[in-house]
Amino acid sequence: MSDDAWLILAMMLVTFGPRYLPFALAGKIELPPILVKALGYVPIAILTAIIALNSVVQDNQIQLHLHNHHLIAAIVAGVLAFFTRRLALTIVVGLLVFAMLRWFAV
Amino acid sequence: MQRRYAWRIVLLLLKPICMYSKTSKKKAFLAGAWDTLPLIVAAVPFGIIYGALAVAGGLSEAITMAMSLLVFAGSSQFIVVTLVAAMAAAPVIVLTVFIVNLRHMLYSASLMKTMQHYPQWVRVPLAFWLTDETFAVVNNRLALRANDKNFVWYYFGSALAMYSNWALCSWIGMRMGQQVPDLSSWGLEVAMVVAFVGIVVPSLHKPSHWVCAAVAAVSAVLTRDWPHQTGLLASGLFAIAAGMLFDRDAQEEPENV
Repeated sequence: MSDDAWLILAMMLVTFGPRYLPFALAGKIELPPILVKALGYVPIAILTAIIALNSVVQDNQIQLHLHNHHLIAAIVAGVLAFFTRRLALTIVVGLLVFAMLRWFAV
Repeated sequence: MQRRYAWRIVLLLLKPICMYSKTSKKKAFLAGAWDTLPLIVAAVPFGIIYGALAVAGGLSEAITMAMSLLVFAGSSQFIVVTLVAAMAAAPVIVLTVFIVNLRHMLYSASLMKTMQHYPQWVRVPLAFWLTDETFAVVNNRLALRANDKNFVWYYFGSALAMYSNWALCSWIGMRMGQQVPDLSSWGLEVAMVVAFVGIVVPSLHKPSHWVCAAVAAVSAVLTRDWPHQTGLLASGLFAIAAGMLFDRDAQEEPENV
């Protein structure tokens, strides 16, 4: 096998392993309640961290100003999601705001 | 007379198809795909920019598509592209992919209670297709319908919709990247940002959730220079700890997002 194929295989294994391990053990072991509770916070914690890294930070610098189009789009999306709770609307309007800011180069 | 007979045969043949379309399994499958649609819309530019970046970074078409089809983990695929372009060593690449995708283990663990009802051969493909997007959608479904008999079909619907779209968009991005060289500078990753905002914000039900989100955001920004995305993982753990610390109702069942 070529080096590329080995690299793909290795990436596949290290990605699939963590996805599958808890599924494989489901029903065989019981998680302690405190861990179950902690897992409830996982999506908020990880997704918010990814959001912050891709909006507040641009070119590896903290950019808290109106010229940061990613940040403005994220804030508009956040306000909309808070009041409407509608995912599709949030995404479409967020993208439109970003496109307009880009287009008019505010 | 003969024509009427022919029609009857046609109707008879169509009947099982019509009945299948009414089954709750197919309904659940389509509902899963449908509920994932907004996230698919957001994944389109994300997939395209991945394909374009891969081309710009010098990855072969085979590797670019193999990652989308066999690894199937968006953000880590982006990081691989940047690492390959920076001539990183293979063990570094693999370790980075491992760390960035560890968060899926947390998703997987939070679905354990539901998964114990299914055989291993069903769990394997479900695990392979577990992404941020599908997790958000199926977790929401579980919060609304805890004992859904067709949950697995719902999950498959969501997962297959994400998977086929991701493969298609990676391919389109690869082709477009060859035509439009500066595509990767259009800031298309904003699609992922607004999609995640749309998932997270409605799930902030109580003060401890807000604390968790705030800590995650601040910590992720401050630890951005930690090597190999370890800052992301550490921030996740800080944020979970902060949320737990501020969680007032100790006896309550964990909240589904």
